[in-house]
Amino acid sequence: MEWLQQLVNGISIGSIYALIALGYTMVYGIIKLINFAHGDIFMIGAFVGFYGLTHWHIGFIPSLLAAMIICSILGVVIERLAYKRLRNATRIAALITAIGMSLLIEYTTIFFRGAQPEAYPDDAVISKTFTIFGTQISSESIIILATTIILMVLLQFIVHKTKIGKAMRAVSHDMEAARLMGINVNNTISATFAIGSALAGAAGVVFGLYYTKIDPLMGIIPGVKAFIAAVLGGIGSIPGAMTGGMVLGIVETIVSAVGFSMWRDAAAFIILILILIFKPAGIFGKNTREKV
Amino acid sequence: MLKVENIDVYYGNIQALREVSLEVNEGEIVTLIGANGAGKTTLLKTLSGLLKPKKGTIEYLGKSIAGKAAQGIVKSGISQVPEGRRVFANMSVEENLDLGAYLRKDRDGIKKDMERVYELFPRLLERKNQSAGTLSGGEQQMLAMGRAIMAKPKLLLLDEPSMGLAPLMVQTIFRIIKEINEAGTTVLLVEQNAHMALSIAQRAYVIETGKVVLSGDAKELQESDEVRAAYLGGL
Ligand SMILES: Nc1ncnc2c1ncn2[C@@H]1O[C@H](COP(=O)(O)OP(=O)(O)OP(=O)(O)O)[C@@H](O)[C@H]1O
Ligand SMILES: [Mg+2]
Repeated sequence: MEWLQQLVNGISIGSIYALIALGYTMVYGIIKLINFAHGDIFMIGAFVGFYGLTHWHIGFIPSLLAAMIICSILGVVIERLAYKRLRNATRIAALITAIGMSLLIEYTTIFFRGAQPEAYPDDAVISKTFTIFGTQISSESIIILATTIILMVLLQFIVHKTKIGKAMRAVSHDMEAARLMGINVNNTISATFAIGSALAGAAGVVFGLYYTKIDPLMGIIPGVKAFIAAVLGGIGSIPGAMTGGMVLGIVETIVSAVGFSMWRDAAAFIILILILIFKPAGIFGKNTREKV
Repeated sequence: MLKVENIDVYYGNIQALREVSLEVNEGEIVTLIGANGAGKTTLLKTLSGLLKPKKGTIEYLGKSIAGKAAQGIVKSGISQVPEGRRVFANMSVEENLDLGAYLRKDRDGIKKDMERVYELFPRLLERKNQSAGTLSGGEQQMLAMGRAIMAKPKLLLLDEPSMGLAPLMVQTIFRIIKEINEAGTTVLLVEQNAHMALSIAQRAYVIETGKVVLSGDAKELQESDEVRAAYLGGL
């Protein structure tokens, strides 16, 4: 039953990667930008959740919602301030701006609260362990998975059934044709940032629940991993980001479980290299367009 | 209804339109013909608000729309069937039509127009859940036209609707353009197929390297030696 245990762990971490990867992939899909500040939005979400639980004492769900709201505002502000004016600039200029934005968020956070880590409280949610088929499943794992599933279903609903979702798909397919429909492209791009950032904020809170320790540079590694997950799934593809995140989480856990825990992070990069060599469009990618 | 006066349009430093003037009256079909690269698409994009003229005026229903955002122009009743159809390939036929009505709020009216589009193009009804990217070229053209009709335009701009279509399909498309016009929509039709375009239009403009070089009654232009030589395949 050891394997089942690893699968459960893999799904938990995979859910976190998937939530972050969605924001990368949606933003890439619409403006072809790799938003390197996305991992830092995830970090901000973790901190908002932390303050919600320990300072404002508002409980788990309100803290989660607060993190999502604050992150979506942050995402929109970043887009309007930094990326919007670069829409017709070269991709390298936009990429460098995104890296700059990432550093700005990290070091502004350190400036205001220092670099010391924080720990999520043990009693953030009901802490209980269930034993099913000899596999230990913590209530945290269940909450992570439930949160992820609810958010993904909600996202699918927004993208496929609502007006703004249709506008998002139209703009990502053909911006000019979307304008001819009367779609406000700027607002649609902002909405994409808002939704992607809210998902990253939620990922930050569930990350805190699962790993407890958070710090201002915590977004870097999960950010890169989620980016790899997005590429693995096919950047620009929403089902791809979900699948890529899960696959990456499970692979990493298996690599650790078979005794190569030192190789856990390397596994992600090996996957990235392999996918770029053998299937650059990713699992769900349809077209082999250029990548950054 | 539409009055364009002396507009200059540039792509960066490259001038694509030079002092273009053109007029479309309510109820008409006006056609704009010209060779590749003459500036036809540029003019339609400018009318739809995708490009801004550097000089000149565009008046529509008595109001200036030069440089106005595309959204406002669609709202005021101008919609475009772009060159190359540009359907949203990743979405279904019905979703494409829904997007055509993006700015409308009148649910009943939208439903009625959807039925009308399916009446005009029964093939779209059969394929309403099919993804637009898998439609044939002719079907995509029908979808692009249906999508523009869903905006309930007063003025419909069509950019080379016959491009790449078999003769029979071209005839169908032109018949439907006439039907749309007879139902009360004014049409500005850009075409390479000068013969067909001149036969359904009341008036025509000929554009060459960014300048309007000829204009007048469609029948007269069809007879004129210049047009026959240049656009109707010789005398
Ligand atoms: N995005 C662009 N950037 C620079 N130049 C452009 C751009 N689009 C068009 N042009 C130039 O503007 C001129 C007019 O182009 P336009 O597309 O309006 O021609 P057209 O009459 O529609 O031709 P066709 O019949 O081939 O569609 C051409 O010389 C073209 O090269
Ligand atoms: Mg053209």
